[in-house]
Amino acid sequence: MLEIGMSEVVLDAIDRAVVNRLQNGFPVCERPYLEAAESLGIDETDLIARLRRLLDAGVLTRFGPLVQIERAGGAFVLAAMQVPADDVERVAAIVNSRPEVAHNYLRDHRFNLWFVLAGESLERLEDASSWIEAQTGYPVVAMPKLREYFLGLRLPV
Amino acid sequence: MDRASETHNLDPIDRVLIQLTQAGLPLVPRPYHELGDTIGITGEEVMRRMQRMLDLGVIRRIAAVPNHYAIGYRANGMSVWDVPDERVDELGGAVGALPFVSHCYRRPRHLPQWPYNLFAMVHGRTRAEVAEKVSTIEALLGSECRAHDVLYSTRILKKTGLRLPA
Repeated sequence: MLEIGMSEVVLDAIDRAVVNRLQNGFPVCERPYLEAAESLGIDETDLIARLRRLLDAGVLTRFGPLVQIERAGGAFVLAAMQVPADDVERVAAIVNSRPEVAHNYLRDHRFNLWFVLAGESLERLEDASSWIEAQTGYPVVAMPKLREYFLGLRLPV
Repeated sequence: MDRASETHNLDPIDRVLIQLTQAGLPLVPRPYHELGDTIGITGEEVMRRMQRMLDLGVIRRIAAVPNHYAIGYRANGMSVWDVPDERVDELGGAVGALPFVSHCYRRPRHLPQWPYNLFAMVHGRTRAEVAEKVSTIEALLGSECRAHDVLYSTRILKKTGLRLPA
């Protein structure tokens, strides 16, 4: 579990450049690490080693294709639950056990559990949502996106 | 709905490529060739398919996903707004265009307990920094905003991203 209190990992200037650059994209070519490394002024082996270290240290949670499953007939649905504080651990374990749950955050609000269901069909997500309601005993409020205005998350470091 | 209404079926090989990379792209000099070797197609075929999925938007991009907290963005605020439905697209476009808003969506209200129809995610190093950005959104929406709130995350309980079942 990634605690909010986790310590900030110390990054050198090259690590920062790697994190910043690779949030924007990565090439499709025979030697993509070589191409990306050259644009960063480092060598291929160094880039691969840094990525492995950044992933192991939890600075990066993933490095790879970011799939927009809606374009292939699937769906992402944001869902919220109101869970008493003393029952959060049990409910979070049930919610997280579903492979359809892509992220799950605790937030400081009456609706305190916020998770994203992602999958290849809406029916499958509805099944997961019903299962979570049955297992936890609390309603799941679905907040599917009706419209996306912008999505360009980049966090400079 | 915008471009998201165009959908493309994944053929079984595309689907396997997504499954093989959903935990991460191989950290080897020729990652696409390694994927090809794993499933018995050429690296060129893998690259052609990855590029096609990128072109169609099935893959948004191939990229690194940072853990906000580990890189110092310790305040993650989901700002939520109640604005008139007839103006939400125009206002959402304006909020989404603000440089510090990372995601902006229209979502359904659930009255009476959830009156908000516009969501804008704001990250910052401190809650004060997020609050300042939220007040910029508030100023932009002006009298069109009937109510708003900010939900800060206090714990990441899971962050694996999409997983297609085997």
